[in-house]
Amino acid sequence: MCHDGTVSAASPVEVEPTTTPDEITVPAVPWVTIVWNDPVNLMSYVTYVFQKYFGYSKKKSEKLMMEVHEDGKSVVSTGSREEMERDVQAMHEYGLWATLERSE
Amino acid sequence: MSGGFARHRRSGQVIANFTGFEADLLRSLASQLVELLRNEAAVPRDTADPFEALMDFSGPTVEPEDPVLARLFPTAYPGDEESSSEFRRFTEGTLRDGKAKAACTVIDGLEEAGLPPELTEDGLMIDVELDEPTAETWLRSFTDLRLALATRLEVEEGDEDFWHALPDEDPRAQAHDIYEWVGYLQETLVDALSG
Repeated sequence: MCHDGTVSAASPVEVEPTTTPDEITVPAVPWVTIVWNDPVNLMSYVTYVFQKYFGYSKKKSEKLMMEVHEDGKSVVSTGSREEMERDVQAMHEYGLWATLERSE
Repeated sequence: MSGGFARHRRSGQVIANFTGFEADLLRSLASQLVELLRNEAAVPRDTADPFEALMDFSGPTVEPEDPVLARLFPTAYPGDEESSSEFRRFTEGTLRDGKAKAACTVIDGLEEAGLPPELTEDGLMIDVELDEPTAETWLRSFTDLRLALATRLEVEEGDEDFWHALPDEDPRAQAHDIYEWVGYLQETLVDALSG
């Protein structure tokens, strides 16, 4: 399920034999997952979700949670569009209000 | 009233004791959530009792107009309808199933702990004992229940004074008390799982 408009695989591309697959697939413009503030979710729960799902430290998770709470939103992860769709889906599974967009 | 969840020191299990009334209330909320998630064609029930109307989030379910469903399955790409509907098409079914299964885990857990199909007995106590993955499923489901109740009640940031000023006999006050109670349970559950 490639939603990206950047599918250029159809045209043959000369690839240097020394180039590793990782270097080829690094997206030029990363995407971000944003978690938005809501009046329902508990601060402790949001922190717990960031620790549990992203594997972030308690300190980092609390910092992101405070950003959500005080600024109304926070960028919680960065990566390819597909990775961010996975993260957004996981956040919805946990009941957090999450969206994704192209990184500014 | 239940003291919420705690981690049993020796077994590592997450435990809680509920009165029969509390367990029955949790089951009723979880059942309505399952109904809402599984029955898209449900129509709003016509009820004369305003308290019952507030506690009833089993319909209407015309998606995405139903505000509870809209909150449980938010639009992933604001301002990009096409990507959003694609995302919805690929994720919403799975998310619905997952949330319905989680609510069923809560119902099953309560019934396995001794909650009868019809609560008739006074003084019944329900002791639940959950392993960690099951406790996390309960945690997620409590979030869904709170989101559903809060959406029906139209809870907003910093509106505590409004709720506390409502007279006790106001059905919204009673529904809000239940919302706060599930929040309290959830807080103790996060604590138990974080410890």
